[in-house]
Amino acid sequence: MSIRVQNIIKQFGSFVALDDVTLDFPTGKLVGLLGPSGCGKTTLLRIIAGLESADRGQVFLDGADASNAHVRERQVGFVFQHYALFRHMTVFDNVAFGLRVKPRGQRPAESVIHSRVRELLDLVQLSALARRYPTQLSGGQRQRIALARALAVEPRVLLLDEPFGALDAKVRKELRRWLRKLHDVLHITSIFVTHDQEEALEVSDRVVLMNHGRVEQVGAPQEVYEQPASPFVYSFLGAVNLFHGRIQDHHLHVSEGRLPVGHNGFQPGAEALGFVRPHELDIETDPAATAGIAARVERVLAFGPTLTNGQRVRLKPARIRLFAPESQPAGSLIGMDGDGI
Amino acid sequence: MGAAVATPWTARARRFEENVATREPAWVKGVLITIALAFFGLFLLLPLMTVFAEAFRKGWQVYFAALVEPDALSAIALTLLVAAIAVPLNLVFGVAAAWAIAKFDFRGKQLLTTLIDLPFSVSPVIAGLMFVLLFGMQGWFGPWLMAHDVKIIFAVPGLVLATIFVTFPFVARELIPLMEAQGREEEEAAIVLGASGWQTFWRVTLPNVKWGLLYGVILCNARAMGEFGAVSVVSGHIRGRTNTLPLQVEILYNEYNFAAAFAVASLLALLALLTLVIKSLVEWRGRQPLNAGEESQGVPA
Repeated sequence: MSIRVQNIIKQFGSFVALDDVTLDFPTGKLVGLLGPSGCGKTTLLRIIAGLESADRGQVFLDGADASNAHVRERQVGFVFQHYALFRHMTVFDNVAFGLRVKPRGQRPAESVIHSRVRELLDLVQLSALARRYPTQLSGGQRQRIALARALAVEPRVLLLDEPFGALDAKVRKELRRWLRKLHDVLHITSIFVTHDQEEALEVSDRVVLMNHGRVEQVGAPQEVYEQPASPFVYSFLGAVNLFHGRIQDHHLHVSEGRLPVGHNGFQPGAEALGFVRPHELDIETDPAATAGIAARVERVLAFGPTLTNGQRVRLKPARIRLFAPESQPAGSLIGMDGDGI
Repeated sequence: MGAAVATPWTARARRFEENVATREPAWVKGVLITIALAFFGLFLLLPLMTVFAEAFRKGWQVYFAALVEPDALSAIALTLLVAAIAVPLNLVFGVAAAWAIAKFDFRGKQLLTTLIDLPFSVSPVIAGLMFVLLFGMQGWFGPWLMAHDVKIIFAVPGLVLATIFVTFPFVARELIPLMEAQGREEEEAAIVLGASGWQTFWRVTLPNVKWGLLYGVILCNARAMGEFGAVSVVSGHIRGRTNTLPLQVEILYNEYNFAAAFAVASLLALLALLTLVIKSLVEWRGRQPLNAGEESQGVPA
């Protein structure tokens, strides 16, 4: 089922959580909503689920306007960051809950519920724990149960709110791979909220980058990583080096040198920001070289014996992307990034 | 609250106690325990035993005769009746108030939270007087009630009202922190899964607070049956009609009928002991699932 949100606006007091957001989530795809905390991604997810209402704008589920539909009628599966398992119920009863609360007419027989729950527990590979209570499970197990519980009612869409946010790094990596595999089996339209760029890039079919309640970029993981649409996306996704300078003669003039930038839309003399990924930077150790930006090695991390402390080098980017400084959001300026040097 | 950590905490306390580096001298321990026990014996155990000793002083026959005497029987019945009305009403009110305070944000929430505690801070005698001033013959609604032949003061409705007022906070006080700590997520999960508001309440909210609720009800009941001050003001002390057990004890005592007074008092004392036993059982039962969780912590993912 496809989801479309249109011109969604949501304010909490004077804080604008969502500022005119319009997005399409295609059928059967796993979309990652990525952004720093406070960017509105969780609010958007809760609005789609119906747990929060938008001040303005509409939510379309499968083409039908569901903006005023009750949570119950939306048939969504929701997975919470802190699991929200029913603590007084066994794992089995947790998963069976959604089936047991169905209106009498639609409620399956108890034997059907049993086999359905068994199936789901097999799917999340936790059949052995059916009679345990949530407190007796590890975080990773709890989240898998929460997912099984959400899937039990055969939701039309699956919404995951930082599902692995409360888990430690190792379990998180395992689970996101598992989630991706599960999605490849189920093909249920899913939206996945995260602030972890690695997680979003690894799991999603498409990534939506959000900042300050606005959508910055939408695209396939590779696309948003390789062609960031804004300085924010550039600095949020992966390590990046930023060069602040002025355009002159197809070069970006930085204080310590100049970088060839070829043809570009900038007026001569215009200020510009140049972004370069660490792996796109070459380090020229020949002291006679004049191209690139002069730099000095401050500290050598474990990168082999080719450089020594205090050595003068030149940085030559293989690829550089330019942005006008006006579009640079305040506070996201980063200086020379030592990662790749 | 402390229930969840009780087991590891006592273990740590024991290590602390046994460790030479952190141990206090034996005499300090001895003195503290002696003081505590002496105080407990003198001020709690001795009076309690006196109640039973005095009750049985003139033998079993007198004891039972005092209990099956018609006025005593009617006092027992009235006490049970008042509790049977006041406790369920306060149960419903307490759940509603706790729900409203813990799960919703609204104007005046802080005021409501404070007001719930009012019966604790007002002297029960004042509480009783309030009802006399409202519903008594010279009170605000007195003439109207007279005209319609409704008796509240010096009658059972007055006793029930005073008892409800005094026992008002017990259930809500017990539930508010519990519900606030649990938050809304489980209920949100239930609703997303298709549960109705009613189903969510019965299947998710209530089971989560059931031990706290039971605990509050037990305390509420103990106070409802034992309340003296407020009830005394509105009762009028009509024998066989508006005397509850505590009032009956006072009347008998004032008549120098000590054996009977203590016999009736022993019933209240027994009720108190029973309450304590049930309360301990509830506390013990309430922390079972948490203990079960502790045993199997560290299960690999």
